Amino acid sequence: MYDTIFALSSGAPPAAIAVIRISGPRAGAALRSLVRTLPPPRSPKVRTLRGEDGGVLDRALVLWLPGQGNATGEDSAEIHAHGGRAVVAAILAALAAVPGLRQAEPGEFTRRAFANGRIDLAEAEGLADLLAAETELQRSAAAAMAGGAFSRTVEEWRAQLLAISAHVETALDFSDDDDTGQGAEAISAAISGLREALELQLVRPAAETLREGIRVVLAGPPNTGKSTLFNVLVENEAAITAPEAGTTRDVLMRPIALDGVPFTVFDTAGLRMGSTDAIERIGIERAGQAVAAADIVLWLGEEGAGPPGAWEIAPKSDRLGSTKQAHRHAVSAKTGAGLDALRGDLVATARTMLPRPGEAALGQRQRGLLRDAARALGEGASMIDPLLVAEALRRARVAFDGLLGRTTTEDMLDTLFGRFCIGK
Amino acid sequence: MHSFDIIVVGGGHAGCEAAAVAARMGARVALVSFDLATIGAMSCNPAIGGLGKGHLVREVDAFDGLIGRAADAAAIHYRMLNRSKGSAVQGPRVQADRTLFRAAIQRMLGQQGDLTLIAGEAAELVLEGGHVAGLDLADGTRLRAQALILCTGTFLGGTLFRGEERLTGGRIGEDAANRMAQQLRSAGLPMARLKTGTPPRLDGRTIDWAALAEQPSDAEPWTMSALTGARCNPQLACAITRTNARSHDVIRANLHRSPLLSGAIDARGPRYCPSIEDKIHRFGDRDGHQVFLEPEGLGTHLVYPNGISTSLPGDVQAAMIRTMAGLERAEIAVPGYAVEYDHIDPRALRPTLELRAIPGLYCAGQINGTTGYEEAAAQGLVGGMHAAASVLGVAPAPLDRANSYIAVMVDDLTLQGVSEPYRMLTARAEYRLRLRANNAGTRLTSLAIAAGAVGRDRAEWFVRRSDRRAELDAELDRPIGAAELADAGVAVRRDSGRLSAGEWLRFNSVDLAALRPWLSDAWKTDADLSEEVVEDAVYAPYVARQEAELRTLRASEGMALAESFAFSAVPGLSNEMIERLSAARPSSLAAAGRVPGITPAALSALLVHARRIAA
Repeated sequence: MYDTIFALSSGAPPAAIAVIRISGPRAGAALRSLVRTLPPPRSPKVRTLRGEDGGVLDRALVLWLPGQGNATGEDSAEIHAHGGRAVVAAILAALAAVPGLRQAEPGEFTRRAFANGRIDLAEAEGLADLLAAETELQRSAAAAMAGGAFSRTVEEWRAQLLAISAHVETALDFSDDDDTGQGAEAISAAISGLREALELQLVRPAAETLREGIRVVLAGPPNTGKSTLFNVLVENEAAITAPEAGTTRDVLMRPIALDGVPFTVFDTAGLRMGSTDAIERIGIERAGQAVAAADIVLWLGEEGAGPPGAWEIAPKSDRLGSTKQAHRHAVSAKTGAGLDALRGDLVATARTMLPRPGEAALGQRQRGLLRDAARALGEGASMIDPLLVAEALRRARVAFDGLLGRTTTEDMLDTLFGRFCIGK
Repeated sequence: MHSFDIIVVGGGHAGCEAAAVAARMGARVALVSFDLATIGAMSCNPAIGGLGKGHLVREVDAFDGLIGRAADAAAIHYRMLNRSKGSAVQGPRVQADRTLFRAAIQRMLGQQGDLTLIAGEAAELVLEGGHVAGLDLADGTRLRAQALILCTGTFLGGTLFRGEERLTGGRIGEDAANRMAQQLRSAGLPMARLKTGTPPRLDGRTIDWAALAEQPSDAEPWTMSALTGARCNPQLACAITRTNARSHDVIRANLHRSPLLSGAIDARGPRYCPSIEDKIHRFGDRDGHQVFLEPEGLGTHLVYPNGISTSLPGDVQAAMIRTMAGLERAEIAVPGYAVEYDHIDPRALRPTLELRAIPGLYCAGQINGTTGYEEAAAQGLVGGMHAAASVLGVAPAPLDRANSYIAVMVDDLTLQGVSEPYRMLTARAEYRLRLRANNAGTRLTSLAIAAGAVGRDRAEWFVRRSDRRAELDAELDRPIGAAELADAGVAVRRDSGRLSAGEWLRFNSVDLAALRPWLSDAWKTDADLSEEVVEDAVYAPYVARQEAELRTLRASEGMALAESFAFSAVPGLSNEMIERLSAARPSSLAAAGRVPGITPAALSALLVHARRIAA
């Protein structure tokens, strides 16, 4: 028996609306425990939600979705409540108290949809990213995968792979026939060509990068204005700013979207050598790690002293005596000067690092399978024994089967018989 | 005495192997055939083996079956196909004298154990409580048995086509077993039709052999069966000719008279063995097709022109033949024809080849939608072994896709069904690096011995061979320094260190001859065995790499789905998935994954449901 699961499906509160999903055989019972009488199936109704003690939790839009036609392929319910932290926490606590219900694990709704046959493997992986998408760019890349853009690309590679396999297998299984197919060199070239196409896909950004955003790290010695710049970039008062050197003792991070492009901006402790404060030293160490993992470093310190590839930023441009000779941007958090140019530069640079909108990005598992296929093809291209070439191609086909969830032996034979005049 | 353990119906390759293995295992067996003289007859091309098929012959031989030894007894031409390619795809093939082959089969059937040959027409199955209880012959005789193996080839509802002519019967001159066909149809078994064909037979005395390229028998002294000591017949040469533009014109002008293309035959034929009219029709751009001229025997002038199977009218066949080099004056002795026949959808079978719907009834051979002597023989072995194991209460040999082509075929048939006559191809085996024709004995004979399917001679041979093999393996474990090899003139880098002899064999520049100074004379005396051991060493890294894949496979083979498993009760399965799975009835999760069109989503739904039931 499946558990019934629930989770907050919209972003972290506070927000205008919070969507809570419930899925599983006890979804109806769970919803009834909050609203007393179930609304008619598939018609949104406003209901008062009450806790176990009868106290009012919220007035919310509720949906009762019985049957297998749902996204998860089982009974489901949705609650569209007000998005305050307290309200959401109270509703989740009330659901947790219902027997047979538990908080969903990450991605569990998608896994149910997959297990119940509502979506295939590639779609399931795309959908998981879709659910995590917080920005427009992430949404469109995930939609490209769920909509099959990636599957179509793999289908094309698969067709090429089947054709190459058919050539090799003809030579192996029908050597007596005179419709012999291509020679060893042409086959090796075709294998190498396909491998290059896979490698090209592999150097594209991973879905994880897209999900987490481009990592922008502000770095420099203490009191150079990192936190001030951080605050204007993330547009609120997340970091404590004070004129006293060394105020930011840990790494602060905040996801933001600029023009629909996802970023995670990190504010770091000033890189001040020889600090005696233990906590500050830890902060400095963490700052070093953040810089190492950064996609873009904004260096606010002395010109040329930043890590390689860092952008030279001249801060506090409203003040006299700003010292940098060759800076990429001069900004003033106080007047806002130069900030639009910096944001524009960040967006333009990030777009080159992320998949184009509509282009599918690959997750870990998919990259692993593609890498397996590319590796097998690499070996196959250099083999002499046609049997070992065929074995390498078979391994590549197994990887493709894993990507698309299909089997290829019979399809390879179809290709073979369609292409060659074989048989005595 | 009309009571037996097992009745086998049909004396073709499937029937003979089924009866023989059951008798070797100790069952009391009756083999029923229309005409005892035709037992062991080869109805189409008198060749045994080939690519993929040769593997099956060697595997049946490893079970002490008949086909390999009979092939050697009748062989008049030996050819190792793919000799230049990796040995895992080399296919041993012989041209066999029909008369000698049949005689060898009939002689060996007399030596298999308690085996009675009965001449008669199998008319009707006797069923008691839904289980097989025996067989009624057309003359009213009732034979009783607990299991019956149907090996009826194309005899079920067969129709022959030649141009506008139609004949009823499996082979020219014999009646179709129509009563039995009706009984099976009325039992609600899923049946379908397939077609196959055969070329005209030529009179060899009218062929201009001198004008043609000759294909001599292999000089290397290999044999089909491990137990055959030496070749016993004079060897004949085959010859090669080609169709040409004029042949194609003749065929094209008469395509409308071919029942294959006129629509008279709508059953699917084999894509890997198309008729000549099909080749012209589908691959019109080709300017010629090879035709192998294969002598049918020592005591006959008949020649089998391999490559021009046809159902064109007789006059067109004659005209087409005479367009080819060397055949300008050739006479046709028997015209070619196409045959359309009934078969059972093999998805109705258990992996034991027993029909799920009629316990005790097994089916083997062409009746299951396959083509070829070797495929038939291998199924006969499987059906006979399982029937005997069931009757005698012993364990059958555990065959799976990783240890035999036989299991690959049975698994493909029972899970995927057939859309054309099924033929073995090495491409069908995922693990073919380990499934070589030359290591069939090593892979299977010990399993066959454990199942009681092997006679004393074979068992003694196997023990001797295993001992010799262990000695050779031990020699390959000995380390040899790179400098020693380089000093002996072998092209290796001096700083490559010390490796075992087996590891050195993986280098392209090192072969057995290069290692000769470090090896004993045992390697010279047994060429077949040393070849097998060397290949094992060469392919070892690739075989090892497949181990992970195999572990996953065997783990999900372990997740059994009971025969009563209700696929329709699995939540989330689409109607299409339920239909496909219910037709194939996979016996494990791994088998379900091999059913065509089954998605990973369906598999995980199956897994979840099966676990839930088990819990």
